[in-house]
Amino acid sequence: MAGSGVVTVYGNGALTETSKQQSPFAVKVGLAQMLRGGVIMDVVNAEQARIAEEAGACAVMALERVPADIRAQGGVARMSDPSLIKEIKQAVTIPVMAKARIGHFVEAQILEAIGIDYVDESEVLTVADEDNHINKHNFRIPFVCGCRNLGEALRRIREGAAMIRTKGEAGTGNIIEAVRHVRSVMGDIRVLRNMDEDEVFAFAKKIAAPYDLVMQTKQLGRLPVVQFAAGGVATPADAALMMQLGCDGVFVGSGVFKSGDPASRARAIVQAVTHYSDPDVLAEVSCGLGEAMVGINLNDAKVERYANRSE
Amino acid sequence: MTIGVLALQGSFNEHLKALRKLGVKGVEVRKAEQLEGIGALIIPGGESTAMAKLAEYLNLLPALRKFVKSGKPVWGTCAGLIFLADRADGQKEGGQELVGGIDCKVHRNYFGSQLDSFEVEIPIPVLVAQEGGPETFRGVFIRAPAVVEVGPEVQVLAECRVMPSPNQTNQETVSEKFQPQFPPPPDGKVVVIALRQGNILGTAFHPELTADTRWHSFFLKMLGESSDSSAVAEDSEGNKPKNPDLPVF
Repeated sequence: MAGSGVVTVYGNGALTETSKQQSPFAVKVGLAQMLRGGVIMDVVNAEQARIAEEAGACAVMALERVPADIRAQGGVARMSDPSLIKEIKQAVTIPVMAKARIGHFVEAQILEAIGIDYVDESEVLTVADEDNHINKHNFRIPFVCGCRNLGEALRRIREGAAMIRTKGEAGTGNIIEAVRHVRSVMGDIRVLRNMDEDEVFAFAKKIAAPYDLVMQTKQLGRLPVVQFAAGGVATPADAALMMQLGCDGVFVGSGVFKSGDPASRARAIVQAVTHYSDPDVLAEVSCGLGEAMVGINLNDAKVERYANRSE
Repeated sequence: MTIGVLALQGSFNEHLKALRKLGVKGVEVRKAEQLEGIGALIIPGGESTAMAKLAEYLNLLPALRKFVKSGKPVWGTCAGLIFLADRADGQKEGGQELVGGIDCKVHRNYFGSQLDSFEVEIPIPVLVAQEGGPETFRGVFIRAPAVVEVGPEVQVLAECRVMPSPNQTNQETVSEKFQPQFPPPPDGKVVVIALRQGNILGTAFHPELTADTRWHSFFLKMLGESSDSSAVAEDSEGNKPKNPDLPVF
């Protein structure tokens, strides 16, 4: 069943033969489907990972610095120390993800070697290759990638991403960009669904996405992989907003552990994602969470836009 | 008769889709009161710790236990199987709450992490005898559990034999090199991947992720056995989709 699934692998021109054992696309997408309706939290140590697991997170993202600190401290942000990731992996039983720089396929190979569950090819880290993303077909480990619009999402899926998240604007605690990106993807899909099939060729060209994936999106009426929201989620209401806009789940980066009371906030966001369409429950879980993370106003031109780091 | 799907977290949409394909009404269950009025319950795949936590927040576990005890059909896939097992290994620190119902011991993430997830064609005679179709079922195992011990009342529907890796000495720690083999080799350890006790069905893999709806149809027939109501709608057999590998949403 080599190359089965949504995406066909063209040729065998892999740079390195990393896999003895094949991992079909359906298995890669499968884990993402298991994470649906859940919250994935950024953690920087084993203790935070355990708080996240206790709160009901469906996965954790192991990092050295959360995006808010990367913003504040500047410098080059790279893959985390593998020993830290291993330590976090040992502390919890839920899936562990880690970030690799865009285009840095060796970081991804290292992450695959230490046996984590998902790699996030992330614009939050400093970009390693301005032109190319990682060829994710070469890996057995599944990847999640960021997008701002439908074209970008489908380009990442063609490169082998088994899960898509909106980019939003990480580390700001400001939901505006995430809303913009989700609206853009969902809006384009709605346009596509009602489009005459003759027009899809030109549409695919316009959004610079592969025609077959555009057609598949039209047929499914949604992205062919699981789509999460990310970048700026700070409150239970933010998380429920993302779910009501049509996302399958939510990443929370700095929002939890940069707030006054991480454990209760984490728990509240988890509940908000499950009961996203029930305002009574949302009201109940939003009470008494202490201080939310300090946000950044994105009208300030000096704030660097991570989302624009890749196409 | 409506079928409830526990919609706390995980692949509940996929189950609802499969039920829709069979022409049966599925409803999302998030609160205890929603358990009343449904004829059967599916506990989907997902992260069992996250699902257990959410059930705990809502105080849903007593209601779930009551539902299981009532004898109405219940089916757990993957995380759902862990929920329905009486005992579990490989839990997070401090353990997790289980609903129980099947007299067995389940091991979480038995086959290892995501890199060890796989799909395989499983021969399941019981299913084929009742539902027809191909001899095997495409089982998708995502960080899947396995049942390591079963009680006397449990009917084993499918099992596989796993080979410990050669350099594995301690039998207690599960090697990530475990891979199921079909047909089972003569030596090696046998683990159960599909089982039934009374009206409770459990599968370690995810029938909701494949286009093959035979397991769902099998489960719906259990509903017919328990209440004589013929809730089973037309089986969509014969209209195989063109590409069975498309993810099912």
